[in-house]
Amino acid sequence: MPASPDSTVSPIRRALYALVLLALASAVFYALFSSVAYKWNWDGVWLYRQQFGYGWLTTMGLSLIAMIVSVALGFLLMLGRRSPWDPVRMFCGGVVELVRGSPLLVQLLIGHYIIANALRIDQPIFTGIILLGCFEGAYLAEIFRGAVESISASQLEAARAVGFNKVQTYRFVIIPQALRRALPGTTGQLVSLIKDSSLLSVIGIEELVQKVKIMNAATYKPLEGFLPLALAYLIVTLPLSYLARRLERRFAYET
Amino acid sequence: MKLETQAVTKRYGAHAALDGASFSTGDEARVIALLGPSGGGKSTLLRVLGSLLVPDEGSVKIDARTLPHDENGALIERRANGFVFQGYNLFPHLTALQNITLPLREVHGMSETQATQRALELLHRLGLEGHEHKRPSQLSGGQQQRSAIARALAPKPRLLLLDEPTSALDPVMTGEVLDVIRELAEAGQSIILATHEISFARKVADWVVFLAAGKVQESSSASDFFTKPQTELAQQYLEGLSKYR
Repeated sequence: MPASPDSTVSPIRRALYALVLLALASAVFYALFSSVAYKWNWDGVWLYRQQFGYGWLTTMGLSLIAMIVSVALGFLLMLGRRSPWDPVRMFCGGVVELVRGSPLLVQLLIGHYIIANALRIDQPIFTGIILLGCFEGAYLAEIFRGAVESISASQLEAARAVGFNKVQTYRFVIIPQALRRALPGTTGQLVSLIKDSSLLSVIGIEELVQKVKIMNAATYKPLEGFLPLALAYLIVTLPLSYLARRLERRFAYET
Repeated sequence: MKLETQAVTKRYGAHAALDGASFSTGDEARVIALLGPSGGGKSTLLRVLGSLLVPDEGSVKIDARTLPHDENGALIERRANGFVFQGYNLFPHLTALQNITLPLREVHGMSETQATQRALELLHRLGLEGHEHKRPSQLSGGQQQRSAIARALAPKPRLLLLDEPTSALDPVMTGEVLDVIRELAEAGQSIILATHEISFARKVADWVVFLAAGKVQESSSASDFFTKPQTELAQQYLEGLSKYR
């Protein structure tokens, strides 16, 4: 794998660039914010800090479980789309296309008010996790499928030649190689999952966005809560992206 | 070893890579060379003989034993064989050593220590000392192909099948790999070799199967084939290949 272009720049110079960019961005944001005639008042935010923290934990907790659901489901859907059996392949293909083709908001509303209702499930958190896991799982299925199908025919023949059966071929040849190719897309999707979890407020889950909405309503301040909200997502999504890049480098080898 | 095929056909879509190929070798054939022009069916026949492919029609017998046509039977059959390909086909995410030990452990039920011992013994024998822990991308073509041969030999295969093992190598590396194959042949290993290296085939093979257009044109002992080829195709082929060497 070729060295990424930024590795040629010295760390001091990179830090300098970062500082300059940060200063520029701050200046732009300051100019924009100060041009709007709005009286900022952070007292309400401070007052609700505990609720905010609780919402943050809920968001991260349910995102984590939804991630596990989505990876498992994505893997199953990928296998289903590669099944030799027509009905299975068509079913999984249909699920992937329907889920990817419709808005998450609609899926949440139908899933919560109709499907969960019909099944007498009155745990919005449970419903929310499953729906979010399904939504992201459909995307992951396609990322996984692309990675698996990029494994060359000669690798599959080599696996047959050394005597691997189907399960062994997946376990020792396809998945280890596909993992590396799926990694960038997968982490991107998991970052999306954390952000998409903000929509769960529409089915009454008291996650971060819902808490901020409550806070805004109670303090008659429509904007203040949203700035810490953005930060609260970034402190998780940025390290996740960083971790993904580290992992990619660890799995790097030439083919 | 005696090999025998009856009207073996293998199609890829509308194209028949093997089109009713029939031949039989002498009873004591041990190093069999598959020769013939590119696209003639050598690689496909090699895969069918090693149970890596199951033919659409026809049958294959090895020492009067008919090869199974079902996927499970073919799997058991090919686990007793070793394969080496033109493009090495090592697993790129594993080191040379792991490429050998993984099938030994997972397919042949060896323990980690047994497998490592066997793998190291072969890697050293094939001149790969010091390269055990390198990934394929860190090895030269010749080193990769020798690693691939070590992987194929590790489970002590009944039959070693090599599909144009030197076609992707430069002359120096070709020499390295051919030395290894020759040593194996001299040590008594049963070998089926598809190749264009005509002078090498003449040195090591005791039987030649000549294929063109998916059919076996000629099957005879190596000495007969190289001294008095029967068909015009084989004569032209030999003349063409020996023109510049």
